[in-house]
Amino acid sequence: MKRLISGADIILECLIKEGVEYIWGYPGGTILPTYDALPKYRDYIHHILVRHEQSAAHMADGYARATGKVGVCMATSGPGATNLVTGIATAMMDSSPIVCITGQVPRPVIGSDAFQETDVTGITLPITKHNYLVMDINDLTETIREAFYIARSGRPGPVLVDIPKDVQNEKIEWEYPENEPIRLPGYRPPKQATSEQVEQAVALINQAKRPIILAGHGLMMGMATQEARELAERAQIPVALTLLGKGALPEGHPLVIGMMGMHGAAASNYAIQEADLLIALGMRFDDRVTGNLKTYSPNSKKIHIDIDPSEINKNVKADVGIAGDLKAVLNQFLPGVESNEHKEWIGRIREWQEDSDEREILNRDMGNMLLGAQVINDIWKYTGGDCITTTDVGQHQMLEAQYFPHKRPLTMITSGGLGTMGFGLPAAIGAKLGRPNEEVWAIVGDGGFQMTMPELATAVQEGVKVTICIINNGFLGMVRQWQELFHDKNYSETPMFSPDFVKLAEAYGIPARRITSRDQIEDAVTFARSVENIPVLLEFVVEKEEMVYPMVPAGANLHDMVRRPKPGE
Amino acid sequence: MAENLPNKHAIVALVENEPGVLMRVTNMFRKRNFNIDSLSVGRTHRPDISRMTIVIDSTRANAYKIMANLLKLVPVIEVANVSSDLHVSRDLALIKVRSNDAESRNDLTLICERYPARIVDIGPDVAIVEITAQEQMVEACIAELDKIGIVEMVRTGVVAMGRGIRILDSVESRAPVPNGHHG
Repeated sequence: MKRLISGADIILECLIKEGVEYIWGYPGGTILPTYDALPKYRDYIHHILVRHEQSAAHMADGYARATGKVGVCMATSGPGATNLVTGIATAMMDSSPIVCITGQVPRPVIGSDAFQETDVTGITLPITKHNYLVMDINDLTETIREAFYIARSGRPGPVLVDIPKDVQNEKIEWEYPENEPIRLPGYRPPKQATSEQVEQAVALINQAKRPIILAGHGLMMGMATQEARELAERAQIPVALTLLGKGALPEGHPLVIGMMGMHGAAASNYAIQEADLLIALGMRFDDRVTGNLKTYSPNSKKIHIDIDPSEINKNVKADVGIAGDLKAVLNQFLPGVESNEHKEWIGRIREWQEDSDEREILNRDMGNMLLGAQVINDIWKYTGGDCITTTDVGQHQMLEAQYFPHKRPLTMITSGGLGTMGFGLPAAIGAKLGRPNEEVWAIVGDGGFQMTMPELATAVQEGVKVTICIINNGFLGMVRQWQELFHDKNYSETPMFSPDFVKLAEAYGIPARRITSRDQIEDAVTFARSVENIPVLLEFVVEKEEMVYPMVPAGANLHDMVRRPKPGE
Repeated sequence: MAENLPNKHAIVALVENEPGVLMRVTNMFRKRNFNIDSLSVGRTHRPDISRMTIVIDSTRANAYKIMANLLKLVPVIEVANVSSDLHVSRDLALIKVRSNDAESRNDLTLICERYPARIVDIGPDVAIVEITAQEQMVEACIAELDKIGIVEMVRTGVVAMGRGIRILDSVESRAPVPNGHHG
C-alpha cells in the first residue's frame, strides 16, 4: 500500500530491500536528511562512523570481497564525496561490488559553485562501473535498484548514486515495486560460449602437452572454483594463480604451483613461458602478470575466458576468446575434457620448484635478523593459516602472497590493481563485520598503516576484533627495493619516521606488542588470538633492506627474473 | 581488410536518450587512449533512443576493442561497425568562401556543378556553399574551394548506415563479442 514518505526514507527502504546490513559513512550538510532518517531503521541497518571517507569505501570493499555481497558507503557532497575517490578506484580496478551514496547540493543551486558542491558524477565517471545523479524523486527507487543490480552482476564494480538534498527531503506517495523487472536494455552481461568455441577450446585442452591454468579473481566471483579444480585434476593441468586469484584453488594442492608475475613463483613464470597452452580463467593479463608482452608465453595457444568482453584480446591475443560466465562456460567444457597425466611436464615444473627451494630463506640461519617473510610465514603457521588476511601494497603484500598460502576462496583481500596504500586496515574492518566468525589479520606496512591509521578509533568504537600486523622496516620498502635495483640505492624520500606504535595503540585502548626477534612470534600470535571484541596491534620490527625475490623488473621478459642467490652463490 | 593496418571505421551506437551519455562515450575514448576522427549524435525515430556515428582511424583490432568498451557502457544499447560491410555514409559541410569578384563567383558556380554542392547564401563579399556527400568527396570539394579562399567552415561529421535489411535496432541481439576469430 502506498504511503507518504521522503526521499531519505526511500533510500533506506531500498537498501533494506537489497539486504544491506551495514553502511560505512560520514554525515555532512547535504546528506543530513538521510542521516536524520537513519535511526528509524536501526533494527535493519547498522551505520559505522569512519574517520575518513576513503576508509568508508575501503570498508565497504573489504566487506564485499569477504562476503560476495554489495558493500555500501555514504558521504556528503564536496570533500566527503571526493574523499571516496581512492576507495572507488580501488574497487573498480579489482571488480569489487560497492554502492556509494553521496549527498549533493539542492537542485536549484547545482552548477552555481555552492558550498560543498562538486560534480562527483563527473569526477567518478571513469572509476565507476556506472553512476547516477538523481534529479527526480520518482526515479530514486529505480535508480537504487539498478545501482545494486549493476554493482553485483556481470563483472562487478562500484556504482555511485548522487542525490541532491532537496530530493532527499521531498515526499511522495510510495511503495516498493516488488515484482517490477529492472529495465536496462544496454546492460547484458554475456553468459555462455558458442558450441564452436567449446569445440575449439576442448580440442586444444585435450591435445596440449604443456598446458597451464591461469586462475584469477573471476573464478571466485563467478563461483566457478569447483569447475576449475575439476578441469585441473581430470586433465592434470598445473595451476598458476594471480594475486587476486589466491584461494581460487587451494595452495598446497599438488597441481597449484603458486603466484605468477612480477613477484610470482619462478616455477609459475617458467611454466607460463614454456607452455603450449594457457587456459586463462577470470584474469586480465595485467602488466604485473605478463611482463614484456612481446615475449610473453611465445609458443602457446591461448584460451581466455572472462565475463568482460573488453578484456578479451586487450593485452594478449586469444586463440579462443570467450566472453562468458565462467561457471557456465567451464560446465560446457567439462563433458569433453579427457583424463590426462602430463607427467613429463609436471616433472619439469617440479625441477624448477626444487631449484626455488634451494634458494629459500625461511630455514636459513639469519642470525638476529627478523625478516618480513619469516614473520608472515610464522603467522600462517601459528594460526593454522585458516584466516582472512588483508594487505596494503608493497613488500609486505608480496611477502603475504608468497608466504601465506590460502586454502579457501575469498580469504585474501588486497588492493591488486590500483595498489592502494592504507587499504589493509579498513578492508579488514569491513571483512570482519561481514564474516564475524572468521579470524581477520591485517598485514600492513609502516607506510600504508599511517595512511588510514585513524580507523583504529572506528574499530574500537565498533568493537571489531582484527589483528593489525605492522611489518615495520622504517622504509617505504618496495620503493626502496626499486631504488636499490634501478636507482643505485638513491633512497630518495623512502626512509620514514614512525610513532611508537605500541604507545599509539595504548592511546586508543588497544592491546599491543612490539616483536623484534623470531622466537617472540609464536607467543605474540597466541596473545593476539586471546583478545576479543577489540583490535590488537602487533608491530614487527624487521630487517630494513630485505628484498622480495624473485622479481621480474617492470617491462622485462617474464623468464628474466632476478632470483635470490643460492647459499654460497 | 588487414588486422593491423589503420583504416577508417564508422562505428554506430544506439544509446539511451538521457543526460550524460555523450560524456560517457567520449570519456571512454580518452580513458582508453583511442582517438575520435569524427562524432555525430542525433535523435532517431524513437524518442528514447539516440544514435551516434563515431569514425575512428585505427586498426580493425582496435575497432573491436572500442566496440567492446562502448557496449560496456550501461546506456549503450547496441553497437556495430557499419564499414565492415556495404553501407552509406554522408558528411555535411557549410563552407563560407570569398565571392567579392566575378572570377570567384564564376569558379564557385563551376565547382558546385561538379560536386553535390550548392550555394545557399551569397552576398557581395562572401558565399556559403553546402555540400552533402561521402567524406572523401567533401574533402575534394573543400580542397577546390580553398583555392578561391575559405574564410569559415563547419562540418557535421560522418553519419553512416548499413545497406539493405541489416537493421541496427534496440531489440536484444548478438553482442559484438570479439572471440579471436575476427570476421
